[in-house]
Order: sequence, then structure tokens, then C-alpha cells
Amino acid sequence: MPGRIVEWIDQRFPLTSFVKHELTGYPTPRNLSYWWNFGFLAGFVLVLQVATGIFLAMHYKADVALSFDSIQHIMRDVNYGWLLRYMHAVGASAFFFVIFVHMARTLYYGSYRAPRELMWWTGQGLLLLLMATAFMGYLLPWGQMSFWGATVITNLFRATPFFGDQIVIWLRGDFTVGDATLTRFFSLHYLMPFIIFGAVLIHLVALHTVKSSNPSGINLADKDNIPFHPYFTTKDLYGLGIFLIIYSIFVFFIPNSLIEPANNIPANPMQTPNHIVPEWYFLPFYAILRSVPNLVGGVLAMGLSVIIFAFMPFLDRSRIPGGARYRPIYKLRFYLFVLDMFILGYVGYVPPTTQTILIGQIATVIYFASYFIIPFISVKEDAWLFKRGLPPEVMALIEKEALDKEERKQKRLRRQGDIT
Amino acid sequence: MSNTSSEPISEQLGDGNRRDFLIKVTSVVGGVGVAAACVPFVASMNPSTDVLAKAETEVDITDIPAGGVRTVAWQGKPVFIVHRTPEQIQSVSTTANALDPVPDSQRVQHPEWLVVVGVCTHMGCVPNKEGLGWTCHCHGSQYDDSGRVVRGPAPKNLEVPPYYFVSQNKIIIGKVA
Repeated sequence: MPGRIVEWIDQRFPLTSFVKHELTGYPTPRNLSYWWNFGFLAGFVLVLQVATGIFLAMHYKADVALSFDSIQHIMRDVNYGWLLRYMHAVGASAFFFVIFVHMARTLYYGSYRAPRELMWWTGQGLLLLLMATAFMGYLLPWGQMSFWGATVITNLFRATPFFGDQIVIWLRGDFTVGDATLTRFFSLHYLMPFIIFGAVLIHLVALHTVKSSNPSGINLADKDNIPFHPYFTTKDLYGLGIFLIIYSIFVFFIPNSLIEPANNIPANPMQTPNHIVPEWYFLPFYAILRSVPNLVGGVLAMGLSVIIFAFMPFLDRSRIPGGARYRPIYKLRFYLFVLDMFILGYVGYVPPTTQTILIGQIATVIYFASYFIIPFISVKEDAWLFKRGLPPEVMALIEKEALDKEERKQKRLRRQGDIT
Repeated sequence: MSNTSSEPISEQLGDGNRRDFLIKVTSVVGGVGVAAACVPFVASMNPSTDVLAKAETEVDITDIPAGGVRTVAWQGKPVFIVHRTPEQIQSVSTTANALDPVPDSQRVQHPEWLVVVGVCTHMGCVPNKEGLGWTCHCHGSQYDDSGRVVRGPAPKNLEVPPYYFVSQNKIIIGKVA
């Protein structure tokens, strides 16, 4: 009977072939390490956030007079409200953690390189959507940090030429962050995850066109691909188990470790807390904002620091496949960049003093310099490594890619010849 | 269908230029229509009339002692009303330290009363009164007792809102007489 139902559906909808080609039988490089788990984990956290968020919205009230108390209501009165809220709050941090690792893996292994540029750029779009969603969600509890965080960030739009002040008022719907701001942030915070779902779909369609990259950086022959199920369903589920253990430790034992204490004080538009800090995942970018002693310059620097990742396919001119694996200088640059992110994160967390401002400015310069030097180091490094000699498989692949490129060029020329 | 005419096919099918023109005009009208349909949505996000109605605040300043500060809400923003002492007025008589130099006389209507919006011009935090002037704890900007910035990163002086004295001890903020 189930066979007949599936057959009936298959005549009308490509169910079996879709499942076979895109899910169970989807060809996956057999050498994927656990660093390749994080895309799946990001998808899992997205579902978790939407699920907990929908149930929280059943008890939350978006009104400046009620929202702070409605959080207390969720924490104290709603059955398992505390669990839903802590899962959602910790989930936001987990989402950024998973995405940062996912991005670091891409940068390390050069997964952004041809033909996966669109994967990287759709991923960049997803990062921006995630940041916007997290920022708007943070206003909803209407605590002091919520209020002043939203005030400072909406204030950044004052840097817009000519209409700065009008845009800030338009964004807030009021002269300050107020009731109108809270209700629109709630509306958009509920909307954005569904846009993220759509963007994830595009990300996955692109993935299934170009297939996964792998640690060797070499495009594997068909014999080196294995079906996604059961090999990677198992591997992803094992990774999920590890993830859930760490996630549960945060949810059940230290749920407040990532929530600023000042956010347990209701928002007070007349009094700024002495020390405003964003959530940990925004700290490095906030440090860059503060390091530039000028409003417009700071906003531009922070904006560039978030979208600079998108330029990687242009900046990296190396012909050697596999990201950092065969490229010691690029590898060194990668670790320096990660270290610099941690330094910026620290600078963003501590109150500004002359000393931390100086450290922040040096770290900001290193942040941008570490990207601008990539074209130079990738070319110089190539020359040095070719002279020193590379593994024969890598050499063979480089030659093959050069041939492919030449062939595409010839084809293009022929096509143009046909037209004219 | 008999095709005995000697006219070129394009003319039989109609004038190509006329068709291109119609497509362009229709696209422009359609585009304008879409833009016009966006206006209500964008405008709905601007302050509503009840928010705009709160745009003025009346303050009785009788009981602010000399040297005292009253913080009142105007448009949801804190406004500092300072009853300045002769020493405070003396301390702001020069623009020597100011980063955005404006004489004190242009920022007040009566020298003993300073009215400024208590929102740091850097990131929008509320500065705290400390000795002579204010210090913003967010990023360390300092203002003198005329609300002029004397230490960055704030780029501009504290804003002076529109206000006027209704009587000797009552002001309205948000409107000029």
C-alpha cells in the first residue's frame, strides 16, 4: 500500500527522485571533517529559534508599559516559560557561534573560491539578516541594555548624508526609541526568520549545484563521493549530540551568563547605564566602531568590517587549491585574523580608556590590513611554493584548472564569433 | 489568409515604433504607480499624530534652586534645565576649550537659565552632571555648563531645543514664541 501511494505521488510530483538526488543519495566528499557539521547545525538552530520564538510570542506583549513585565510573566507564571525563554536567548548566542565557526571553516579551507562564490555571498547575506534579527529581538525585553543598545545603533543612521536626522526618526517612529519602535521591531523580528528560511533555500540550491567543498581543496572524482545517507546523516547527528550537550549546559546551568545584568532593569530613557556593551557576538564590530574618533568614519568602518568577507573571492588570487592547507603564509594570516577578532572583542567589552582605545585602533588597522594584503601574499606565496615544489596531485589539479579555463575562454570566443 | 500585399511584413504587423513607445509609457506609468503605492507604507513608519502631539512640554521652573538641574522629558528625550550660578556663567564666558565654539550668549535666552537636550551628540547616551558641566559615560565625551563639547568623541554641542518663556517662571519647550 505505501508503495502504491508513493507511485501515485511520483506520477504527479518528483518525490522519490528528489529524495534520492538531493537528500539520501546526494553525493558528498568522503573526507569531510567535523568542521563541515556547522552548516547543518546552523539550520538546526534556526528551526529551534523559530519554534521557541513562536511559543514565546504567545505570551509576550509588545508595549512599552507591558513588555518588561510580560518577560517576568513568561519567566515565573507560564508553564516552562523560563525554559522557552532561556532556550531562545541561549539559542541566539549559539546561532552566532555556529555561524562564526562555519565562516572560519570557509575562510580556512578556501571554500569561497570558484565555483562557490555565490554560496559565500548568499551566506554573507544570511549573516546580515541574522545580525538584524538578533539586534531587533534584543529590544523586546525592554531592559536598560535593550533600550540603550537600540538607541545607540539607530543613532548610527545619523551618519546618512542630508537626511540623517529624518531617517533616525523614521526608523524609530518617534523622536526617541519608544512604543512605535518596540512594536515595529517585534513585527520585523517575527518576519525576518522566514526571510532567512528563503535565503537558506537559495544557499542550499547553490550548494547542491556546486556540491560541498572538502578539506583537500581538490575537486574529488565521483568515486570519492559517498551518499549523504547514511554516512553524513550519522556524522551530522553525532555533531548535533555534542552541540546539544554544550547548549544544554548553558540553558540549564548558566543561562544568565550571556545576559547583561543591566537588562534586568526596566528601560529608562532618562538614565544611561554607566557601561553599555552589546551582546558578545557584536563586540569586535562595536570595537571597530569605537576605534574611529568620528561618527561617519566609525559607521563606515564598522559597515566595511562586516561586509569585507564578501570580497574574499576577489582578494584571494592564489592558484593553489585548498585554502590554508598547502599555503603556510595564508594559514598564518588566518590565525592572526582570528587572534585579532578576539582582541577586538575584548576591547569592545571593556570601558574605553586611553590604553584600550589605542589597542582597539591598532587591532582595527590589523583587521583591515589582513584583508588588503591577501592579493599580495597570495601571489608571492604562489611563486615561492611553485619554486619549492608542491605535491604532484596539487600540481596536476592546477594544470587541469588552467586547461579548463582556457577551454572556457575558447568556447566564449567561438560563440562571439558566431554572432558577429 | 492571402498575402498578396507588397508591404513589408513589419508594417503588416503594425508600427514597431508605436509598440515600443507604448511599452515604455506603460512601464513608466506602472513604475510611478508602484512608487506611489509605497508611500503609505513608508509614511506609516513616521511618527504618528499622537506622538507628534507630545512634541511640546510646559515646565514650571520656580522651584529649581540656583546651581540646580531639572531633567524633564520632551519628545521622550531628557532636557536639562539648569539654574546657573554666577560662577557657572563665569566659567563659560570664553570659548577657549570648546571644540564646536559658539558664544554662550547665543545658547541661552537668560544667562541664568540653560536649556539643552540631554542627549550626547555622539551616540545618544544621557550625560551625567559632574562638577562643572557633564560627562558622558558611554564614550567619555565632556560638556561645559553651556552644553558645549570640550572633549570628544562627541562632534557637536548639546542641542538647544526651541523654547520660550511664557512668564518669568514658566517655559514651553518645543516651540518658539
